[in-house]
Amino acid sequence: MNEFLQQYVFSYLDTKGLTPGGAGNIFWATVYILLVFGGLSVAVIAMNWLERKILAHMQVRLGPMRVGPHGLLQPIADAIKLLLKEDIIPAEADKIIFWIAPFIVVLAAFTVFVVVPFGPTHAITDMNIGILFMLGVSSLSVLGIVTAGWASNSHYPLIGALRSSAQMVSYEVAMGLAVVSAIMMTSLETGTGTLSMIGIVQAQQAQGVWFVFKFFPLGLIAFGMFAIAMVAETNRAPFDLPEAESELTAGFHTEYSGFRWSLFFLAEYSAMIAVSSIAVTLWLGGWLRPFPGVHGPSIAIPHIWPPADPAAPTGALDFVFALCPGISFLLLGAMCFYNVQRMPKHPLFKIQTMGLAGFGAVLGLIGLIMFLPPVRDRVEDIFWFSAKVAGFMYLYIWYRGTFPRYRFDQLMKVGWKVLLPTGLALLILTAIVGMHADLWAQITGGGQ
Amino acid sequence: MNPVVTNPPITNPPVATPFFFYLLAATMIIGGILVITRKNAIHSAMALITALLAQAGLYLMLYAPFVAGVQIILYAGGIMVLFLFVIMLINLERNMKERQFNKQWLVGIVAAAALGGLFITVYTTATRGKPLFPEGRVIYADGQNTQAIAALLFDRSTGQYMFAFEIASLLLLVAIIGAVVMAKKRI
Repeated sequence: MNEFLQQYVFSYLDTKGLTPGGAGNIFWATVYILLVFGGLSVAVIAMNWLERKILAHMQVRLGPMRVGPHGLLQPIADAIKLLLKEDIIPAEADKIIFWIAPFIVVLAAFTVFVVVPFGPTHAITDMNIGILFMLGVSSLSVLGIVTAGWASNSHYPLIGALRSSAQMVSYEVAMGLAVVSAIMMTSLETGTGTLSMIGIVQAQQAQGVWFVFKFFPLGLIAFGMFAIAMVAETNRAPFDLPEAESELTAGFHTEYSGFRWSLFFLAEYSAMIAVSSIAVTLWLGGWLRPFPGVHGPSIAIPHIWPPADPAAPTGALDFVFALCPGISFLLLGAMCFYNVQRMPKHPLFKIQTMGLAGFGAVLGLIGLIMFLPPVRDRVEDIFWFSAKVAGFMYLYIWYRGTFPRYRFDQLMKVGWKVLLPTGLALLILTAIVGMHADLWAQITGGGQ
Repeated sequence: MNPVVTNPPITNPPVATPFFFYLLAATMIIGGILVITRKNAIHSAMALITALLAQAGLYLMLYAPFVAGVQIILYAGGIMVLFLFVIMLINLERNMKERQFNKQWLVGIVAAAALGGLFITVYTTATRGKPLFPEGRVIYADGQNTQAIAALLFDRSTGQYMFAFEIASLLLLVAIIGAVVMAKKRI
């Protein structure tokens, strides 16, 4: 037992700058997998509530208000309802395929998180082919959608599945071209490009610029292309034709109910988080905080700053940014307490008010824990990564509240006649500019 | 070429263990048998996808992650989706009633026996006095596989397969244009 502890539990803590997978440590890899899985599930639950709330407020409604204070317990009530619901398999449906289709989608959506870099060491593993692995495995989810639609033995699901496969295959091309142009940028200055997710962020750190601003406007165009293609890849509004309810009721998952339907739901949201983390890693600097090159004057506060790691920067600005995770949780807690005071004073609302106060207290406590120096230094990268991904999640909801749905021929036109030529031109331009980076710097006045 | 970065020494047992090899190989063989024995074309396609994914796993065991990734993207994610797309549009009812196998038992048995004999010969001669699997884990430098492939294809001094690669991609382009020309009456 002691030997096991030595070998697996403590030996990893001594290694610096390695992911559990990189260090070959099975124990910590399992811990990380469970953490990522748990965090992802919580994020999906939170997204469920946030989407309904934000959409409601955009449409001047209240959204869920009944279950728990401000509907906070609504996702849990929904989950219980889904699990208790009768699980129907249509007559004449292909039972085996109907069974496994949701699992294919969920497996594909969760497996990609093996390489998502929440920090320089906070990833389950760092693969040499990281981004290729993410694109490949996430492209497998279309198999689940297609087979789900076919196995239902019904017209709407079949049409939804056909639309979905055509759409996902088309937009994968544009997505791939945008990704390649970002990967080419990693080879600048060092001469060797990388496909590893951690390596891509480190390349942005070394070049001192997020790739979205690199070779302005080339990086920005690539990022914009990816941002469009990723909405289509995840079948979300305004590209949600596979599940256009006015035409196809619910598209490929019309015949699914109960637990299996909730698997599709889970997969859709975790796929959204997955593609958002690709975008964050490739163009928005991954776990890097804003302005990672600016440190400010060095300061020292006994027992608090600088961090224990001697290699870490010691500037005043670093200190301010290191406090951000704790401050944001404290703000969330303060918001809860503000709403506690606004709750109706009727005695029936007493339990809800107390619950909201308790939730605010928990958030505040988490914020306080994040101020402790050992925690603070370890969660900062995770915080910035999650904050950027959360920004994308908000954009997804915003799109859904703003844009009307595309027609299918318009969708194909955008994919093949706009994004594909733009992507090819962008690829060639990035290659040319990348080969003559010095000349480009002179033309644009030394800027990136 | 880039400076070779060495990974820290790894004391764990190798990933390429016989267990994983036999698991993947069994998955592939079962998948392959299912592909030819299922009457329903969709079931065949699913079995083929399983076999292709297991093959990607075998590439990973050979320390060729790039090839494995491309295998997943191209075969499992790309080609098989198009297969399914086409299969869903054809009428499966008629196919289900047809007899699946032709009557060439004799040729089949001879071919299978020859292939099986070859496998057994290779297995017995190649492993004589040697273990079937490598003892330790080979530690490659970072980015070895992807960059080695790139160097073989595109490098000025070592890029010996550039011409063949470009010819192959031209062939694919011709096939794509041919498909479009044949499919559309008016372009």
